[in-house]
Amino acid sequence: MAGLKLTDVAKSYGDVSVLKDINLDIDAGELIVFVGPSGCGKSTLLRMIAGLERITGGELQIDGQVVNDVPPAQRGIAMVFQSYALYPHMTVYDNMAFALKLAKMSKQEIDDAVRKAADILQLTPYLDRLPKALSGGQRQRVAIGRCIVRDPKVFLFDEPLSNLDAALRVATRLEIAQLKESMPDRTMIYVTHDQVEAMTLASRIVVLANKGISQVGTPLELYEKPRNEFVAQFIGSPAMNLFPGEITATGERTTIRLADDHGDIVSAYPSTAADMGKTVNVGVRPEDMHVSEDGTGYTGTVDVQENLGEVTLLFFVPDAPGKDPVIAKLPGIHRGLKGQTLHMTASPEKVHVFMDGTSLLYR
Amino acid sequence: MHPALQGLVTIIIGVGGCVGYFVLSNYLLDRFLLPARAFSAEQTAARRKLGTIFLFAIPSVLIAIGFLMTDALFSVQGFLWLVLAGALILGLWRLNDFVFGSGATTAGRNISRANMIRPWLFLLPAMVALGLYLTYPVFETFRLSFTQRIPGGYEFVGVDNYTQMMSEPKFWEAMRNNMLWLFVVPAMSTAMGLIVAQLTDRISWGNIAKMLIFMPMAISFVGASVIWKLMYDARPAEQDQIGVLNAIWVSFGGEPQQWLTLPIWNSFFLMVVLIWIQTGFAMVILSAALRGIPEETVEAAIVDGAGPFTIFFKIKVPQIMPTIVVVWTTITLTVLKVFDIVFAMTNGQWGTQVLANYMYDKLFRANDWGVGSAAAMVIMLLVTPILVMNVRNARREMK
Ligand SMILES: Nc1ncnc2c1ncn2[C@@H]1O[C@H](COP(=O)(O)OP(=O)(O)OP(=O)(O)O)[C@@H](O)[C@H]1O
Ligand SMILES: [Mg+2]
Repeated sequence: MAGLKLTDVAKSYGDVSVLKDINLDIDAGELIVFVGPSGCGKSTLLRMIAGLERITGGELQIDGQVVNDVPPAQRGIAMVFQSYALYPHMTVYDNMAFALKLAKMSKQEIDDAVRKAADILQLTPYLDRLPKALSGGQRQRVAIGRCIVRDPKVFLFDEPLSNLDAALRVATRLEIAQLKESMPDRTMIYVTHDQVEAMTLASRIVVLANKGISQVGTPLELYEKPRNEFVAQFIGSPAMNLFPGEITATGERTTIRLADDHGDIVSAYPSTAADMGKTVNVGVRPEDMHVSEDGTGYTGTVDVQENLGEVTLLFFVPDAPGKDPVIAKLPGIHRGLKGQTLHMTASPEKVHVFMDGTSLLYR
Repeated sequence: MHPALQGLVTIIIGVGGCVGYFVLSNYLLDRFLLPARAFSAEQTAARRKLGTIFLFAIPSVLIAIGFLMTDALFSVQGFLWLVLAGALILGLWRLNDFVFGSGATTAGRNISRANMIRPWLFLLPAMVALGLYLTYPVFETFRLSFTQRIPGGYEFVGVDNYTQMMSEPKFWEAMRNNMLWLFVVPAMSTAMGLIVAQLTDRISWGNIAKMLIFMPMAISFVGASVIWKLMYDARPAEQDQIGVLNAIWVSFGGEPQQWLTLPIWNSFFLMVVLIWIQTGFAMVILSAALRGIPEETVEAAIVDGAGPFTIFFKIKVPQIMPTIVVVWTTITLTVLKVFDIVFAMTNGQWGTQVLANYMYDKLFRANDWGVGSAAAMVIMLLVTPILVMNVRNARREMK
């Protein structure tokens, strides 16, 4: 129904530039997740879409119409705030009905809409309560209900689950996923810190960093084909290992000699003779690493071993104190690896190569 | 001694006395009465005995002193009775412990007991002072309102003072004016305070505006009355007007008016003074309350399509309603007691009498202590419900 189009959108507070060159096409019915480190401008971007924050550059279109100067209420959006932002002096019913009353809908219409939303969110028994008499999860549902009743074209969520405890977060995450499924033509934009939320909910993820968009793609695209070191390390846990090294053999496949005598690693990246001798970073996810039979690959001594049952995490002795250790995640139980020197390798398809922070494999 | 030096000495004695009292009483409590250590069963029994004897000795001594001082001031006697009652209660508590208590005591029990007593140590001076200067006068005034002064003493006259007061038109004028003040001043002060708080919140010179509006709070009522008397001042028509109101009035072609003698209007001119003072108070409290409203609820309302007026009246005001009620009632209390302004500006003439000034008239001008006390009782009767409401509200706020 309603797509969004951001063209060169920028935000600055006075001289301080917070976001710039944001170009993004969102199709109707998508669930877009904004992720990124704290302070990268996720909330700011969301609030600009909502109309709560002035857009200082570029153009925002909702449903093909430029809405830069359209007040929030007329943009066809609804927003769930991090702290719920329920009106404390109104009952659950009035909280949900407030926007409809302002829109001068008839009593009957309002009642129908509120009761329907309450039914979907299992809030019917609480309609006469004040927000302070609700649990965190119920408050969150009221906040969502306040959006649903207005039947907006675009839903905006700013870290809606961050105030809930872990168990409730999982349950509410599922509810949001179901909600989205029941409204396939509604667009949702969702801000989160939580990778799992991003990976499970998103139809596409937008990674924000350094005042701009680092990469846009489906969750698996970001996982399998990160375009740069930042996305590579941001998606996935534990984060992808990065080894500095130098290209020593080119051709159909590329061999990279890791710095500090850590051995050689082969990547499926096809290189030319011109690439010879270039310094690059090799990226391998912990879960892609396995012990090599022939003694090739990364060579390191196991510093710490964590046995989690289903997987075993190996932390290798870092090259210098304070440096991030190389981590390997081996399936199953392995006993007594601590202190051993191992050779770890990965299948060439899983070996990423970055130059100047950018992936050579997926540009 | 030089008066300034005298004042200084008084302060030193007062503050030193307070500090001394708190340090010494806590020291006694922690060192001797309930030290933070364990005692064996025998030690405990001995301590119980000693404590009980000691605490019964205090009332006996006090009773003895009381007998010796029958001629002394009533207030000192009242004070003695108060201490006596307290000591007896404490003594009975000890007696109970003495009879039924047995076995050793632990350090933990002593500490928790000491901590039960400690708040009372801190409260005691305030309670005694309040009892002496507030509770006692209330009862004494109540008694006086049923008496009449006769040469050499008092006689009981029943409700005569009240019936006499009720039959005086001046009393009903004061009642009517008080009610008028009651409706106008708190409403206007709170409303203007709220508007100013909201309007000055976002503008760059808002803090300066706030400071200017708050300043009258620092002026005494009498000082403010003098200032406003000048504002309402009238000069003969041929002279220049020094009163602002008349200057404006004359410049529009009116005759100079004696504003404070115009019936009905003059009451409102007096009210303006109090509104001028109290708006600052309302503004400061309400401005803090407005700042406490979560910004996100306002943003949610914006997204919901609310305009500035809807946001103010439907989102902001309801959220600070408890504070508004407290401000309103606090100003109401001030209004019920209003005295200085009327006293200094019209002294209740030209139909501006209020209850407090009426009481003062009776008590100190006519020397009719009976009717004066009766008027005081009426004021108290009016103030009490509002006071109770205010305290309740404040308590609910704190939860
Ligand atoms: N009024 C302001 N003036 C100047 N800078 C601001 C202002 N508001 C926000 N910023 C800056 O804008 C940047 C983005 O803030 P924003 O709240 O969008 O971050 P975020 O990605 O939502 O972070 P988080 O994950 O912690 O919520 C921050 O670096 C912040 O310091
Ligand atoms: Mg944020």
